[in-house]
Amino acid sequence: MPNEVIAEFKVTRMSILDENGIADVALMPELSHEEIRKMYELMLLARAFDQRALALQREGRLGTYPPIMGQEAAQVGSAMAIKPADWVFPSFRETGVHLSLGYPIAQIFQYWSGDERGQLTPDNLNIFPFCVSVGTHIPHAVGAAMAARYRRDPIAVVAYFGDGATSKGDFHEGFNMAGVFRLPVVFICQNNQWAISIPVKEQTAAASLAQKAVAYGFEGIQVDGNDVFAVYCATRNALEKARGNGGPTFIECLTYRVADHTTADDAGRYRSSEEVAAWRARDPILRLERFMAAQGFWSEDYGREARSRASASMDEAVHEMEGFPPPAAADMFEHACASLSPRQTRQQEGL
Amino acid sequence: MSEMTYRDALNLALKEEMRRDPTVVVWGEDVALYEGSFKVTRGLVAEFGEERVKDTPISENTIVGVTIGAAMGGLRPVAELMTVNFALLAMDQIVNHMSKIRSMFGGQTNLPLVVRMPGGGGSQLAAQHSQSLETFFMHCPGLRLVYPATPADAKGLLKSAIRDNNPVIFLEHELLYNSKGEVPEDPEFLVPIGKSEVKRSGDQVTIVAYARMTVLALQAAEDLAKEGISCEVLDLRSLAPLDDEGIMASIRKTGRAVVVEECWRTCGLGAEISSRIFENCFDILQAPVQRVSGLDVPMPYSREIEKICIPRKETIVQAVKEVMQGKF
Repeated sequence: MPNEVIAEFKVTRMSILDENGIADVALMPELSHEEIRKMYELMLLARAFDQRALALQREGRLGTYPPIMGQEAAQVGSAMAIKPADWVFPSFRETGVHLSLGYPIAQIFQYWSGDERGQLTPDNLNIFPFCVSVGTHIPHAVGAAMAARYRRDPIAVVAYFGDGATSKGDFHEGFNMAGVFRLPVVFICQNNQWAISIPVKEQTAAASLAQKAVAYGFEGIQVDGNDVFAVYCATRNALEKARGNGGPTFIECLTYRVADHTTADDAGRYRSSEEVAAWRARDPILRLERFMAAQGFWSEDYGREARSRASASMDEAVHEMEGFPPPAAADMFEHACASLSPRQTRQQEGL
Repeated sequence: MSEMTYRDALNLALKEEMRRDPTVVVWGEDVALYEGSFKVTRGLVAEFGEERVKDTPISENTIVGVTIGAAMGGLRPVAELMTVNFALLAMDQIVNHMSKIRSMFGGQTNLPLVVRMPGGGGSQLAAQHSQSLETFFMHCPGLRLVYPATPADAKGLLKSAIRDNNPVIFLEHELLYNSKGEVPEDPEFLVPIGKSEVKRSGDQVTIVAYARMTVLALQAAEDLAKEGISCEVLDLRSLAPLDDEGIMASIRKTGRAVVVEECWRTCGLGAEISSRIFENCFDILQAPVQRVSGLDVPMPYSREIEKICIPRKETIVQAVKEVMQGKF
């Protein structure tokens, strides 16, 4: 008796905007020029933040910083699809998401300067402090989705992480539970090809990361992560499905970490300059500029002006950040527990 | 008051809190249909439904992880890990997240969650399933840790743990589930976290103990009374935070102390408590503090050899006699 086929699956890749800035009209999401300009300007803002953070780190004014250069489309495109009521669990390399959702820029600088108060999320935002541990926030997002379901709150929960996180137990256990309970959660992986020095082909023998969702009983899709329209569409579709009780989705954004892992890293030691140059040519901002120019709503002047506005926002935010008073040592006990133990109180008083 | 087992007292605490507060949910491996490996969740799914009482896949790290997420999401989840031994798989979520999130998030979120775990040795379950890991959790700031000895405390502490805004690790001793005692029926009966209790009053030596060790200490005190030695048995009930005030008040009364711990001796909670007694009561101590501990070996499978590895009534009696004769 021949073996019976018990499962077949396919994993697709979505792309709308090619490297030359030409969009597939049939797939193009309904976005006004104003909305597309907003995407573009947010991507410029994210890059301006990155460049300023790197400069400040070199001057010793920030601590170790993880740059996002090259990943702006994956971050801005996905964040643009998130609604204010949705909950976001970011990793540590999602500055573009924070900026897109309106997180105060000065506070992001404040955090990287070594002041945890930068993570005090404004009341109107549902962004959880970002998780520096790799992938360990995936179960938290799943738990938050369980709570949302239980409270009959028609929201979706979004968890961001990188390719390295897909090797963690938290990823597999969290995906499994999200699948078993069909939870309203969207997992967004920015596959930037490198987990510090480990390329993705050494991270997994699978042909894609997206297909890992299949084993947990839900949809996985790969998108061109440097194509802001594809990322936006895939995220919007997944969020709508989640809010409509259609269960979880895994979106793998194929992108590239153009800069080092962090300011404490030198990527030149483990990857070729040719590879980096090839990805620089696929720059997500350049691609969108080409599209906008061809559509007649981008010019050199507009581009220059938008960059200058982004840079001015950074000047303002850095100025604001430097005016924040330093944290007091006694504050470290303040939130250690909902109520301190007698010994903690003595230690606090003894400072 | 009514007499019930430690298991039924825990079960009643869960039911009362779930009736009282619709945000209390229970999940873990085999907690719904199977009603828990130790039957502590008996009748819960029948009364509260599958949405509030959920079986989960075998993923201890993520059971704790989703509990954290749900607590941040407005629920008061009570997770069950089948035994404390499996908490080792969840130590990243417990130590790196559960204990720190409130602090790292600047107090923007509470973590009103409980992780229940049966533990302790004496059931001939060998090295990996008989551990007493209480000290692992005590070491980490940001966690509450309770470990009741009696059915009344089991009920009162679990109710307090569920209502507490701190993350609480709730240990239950596997050999105490069938023990019986009087339990208040008042649904507002609570035992405060962080407060010890004198379970037997005496004036010559204090035996500091917790969970099953308290039961053994009471038996030892009974025997010692017949020999004319008056022991006070102080049941810690909470291991984090430790009730320094209660411990020191008892030592100041008796002037001598024996600390009984089921865990391994090295870096055990007995060392911490002894040190606190020396720091606070050295002026009135009449003899060095003695510790009775588990032996520093992986638990043997053999029933007879296992007995030697865990404190017994006889070893406590012996330690009390030594401290009564001890001098500086």
